[in-house]
Amino acid sequence: MEKYNKRMGDFRITENAAIAENYSLLKLIPVEGLLSDSAIRPGQFVQVVTPNNATYLRRPISICYIDNDANEMWLLIRKAGDGTRALCDQPNGATINMIYSLGNGFDLSEAGSSPLLIGGGVGVAPLLNLGAELNRQGIKPTFLLGARSAKDVLLAEEFAKYGDVHVSTEDGSAGEKGLVTTNTILNSEFTHIYCCGPMPMMKAIAKIAREKSTPCEVSLENVMACGVGACLCCVEKTTAGNVCVCKEGPVFNIDQLLW
Amino acid sequence: MANLNVNIGNLSLKNPVLTASGTFGYGEEFADFIDLNRLGGFIVKGTTLEPRQGNDYPRMVETPSGMLNAVGLQNKGVEYFISEIYPRLLQYDSEIIVNISGSSIDDYRKVAEMLAPLDRIRAIEVNISCPNVKSGGMAFGTTTEGAASVTKAVREAFPKTLIVKLSPNVTSIADIARAVEAEGADSVSLINTLMGMAIDVERQRPYLSTITGGLSGAAVRPVAVRMVWQVSKAVKIPVIGLGGIMNGRDAIEFMLAGARAIEVGTANFINPAVTVEIVDYMNDYCERHGVKDINEIVGMI
Repeated sequence: MEKYNKRMGDFRITENAAIAENYSLLKLIPVEGLLSDSAIRPGQFVQVVTPNNATYLRRPISICYIDNDANEMWLLIRKAGDGTRALCDQPNGATINMIYSLGNGFDLSEAGSSPLLIGGGVGVAPLLNLGAELNRQGIKPTFLLGARSAKDVLLAEEFAKYGDVHVSTEDGSAGEKGLVTTNTILNSEFTHIYCCGPMPMMKAIAKIAREKSTPCEVSLENVMACGVGACLCCVEKTTAGNVCVCKEGPVFNIDQLLW
Repeated sequence: MANLNVNIGNLSLKNPVLTASGTFGYGEEFADFIDLNRLGGFIVKGTTLEPRQGNDYPRMVETPSGMLNAVGLQNKGVEYFISEIYPRLLQYDSEIIVNISGSSIDDYRKVAEMLAPLDRIRAIEVNISCPNVKSGGMAFGTTTEGAASVTKAVREAFPKTLIVKLSPNVTSIADIARAVEAEGADSVSLINTLMGMAIDVERQRPYLSTITGGLSGAAVRPVAVRMVWQVSKAVKIPVIGLGGIMNGRDAIEFMLAGARAIEVGTANFINPAVTVEIVDYMNDYCERHGVKDINEIVGMI
């Protein structure tokens, strides 16, 4: 694991784009060093100091995409509270401090030839980097993105670079009407399912995956303080007892979980 | 460079900076960010006789300038510490202090007995102040009799430096400190977390699975400084101060109030390099104030 040393460092925002009503896509470059030195894996996350002390603790944010050529990290952020709102309000050129890259990512060795990547809401974030990495390994994934309505479908054009994109919206304004769990693409066979989104969605997808005997990984976002496995606040009950989502996760195979 | 060496009983620390139990894992979690050898020592997380799963999630909620936690002493037990963790920690030359906890006096005694033969464990910190477990923990720390009886039992089992960690959730922390001093404690550390509670008003339920939890972070600092000041006037043994230390300035504040050494807790979550920054600050502070030995400022107030 020596290769994956954690770091703390400042990042400069090169672009902050509001991509939907409550979402911003931040593109950042490290003030010092190269991201490629950190060998960041899809599914890992960062811990961000929120601007102007908007929060006391750091906030964990999924890494959305890594562009090693541009030395650029993308973070997709939903304005959920004071901290994420402050991050979304940061101007281009602002500097934020991050601890990176944390946790274990998705297990790409299990992807097989036709993986399905399912994201709901801001949960689509880590699937972009995962899709890109799968592409680099010669695998073309299928994406299923869930959102409330057409205007909330996030980064669809980015996902389309790496595979077919299917969409479910609750109001039917884009793709199929309903939740991702009723999308007809789930009738097809896939070699592996990677899922990130609201807890009820992930639990429903886990149930479907079990019924179809398709291996499935989910990315959890339990409330955490340290992000490095020290405080033991973000635990999830697993077959191995309570484990830290920040260190042993955030990605878990559903066979490890008790749901 | 000023002398930063301080002594806690027979324990010599290269500098006064320690890490608070439960906020620094086994130290290794922070090895990517800092040189652990620059610390006076690290206090590894609360260790019990048997493995414990701790409390149910959710265990943490952020509060104004702080956080409430209800981890509940999740740990793999003292045997696991001795066989798996201790050998890995031998590569560091900073002091390794084990925080111990138990549900009964016998638990405390047994854990202390098992740690006593380990050469590099030259001190233990006895937790009689955890607010997040059903039995033991804080129950021993809120009466002078309870605190004295645990201290007496551990004192008999552990011949090296014995630190007792005190609860702030008491009427007179100075009385508790005097009681453990009388039973042979070499030092007291304070404060553990303040018992608190927070409610999600939209969902109309508490944030923590245990309803109440322990408050830490900058919010508790003035309470902690006051208690360190009171206790340092009440006992002759050295006091270790903690509670909301976020930076070097805060650490000096505790030392002026009477702390011989300090522990950094919640701040590690926000800045994993804060401990070494505090060591640097202490050097700088001593230089700016013409202090040749940091012991000179202890208890100036």
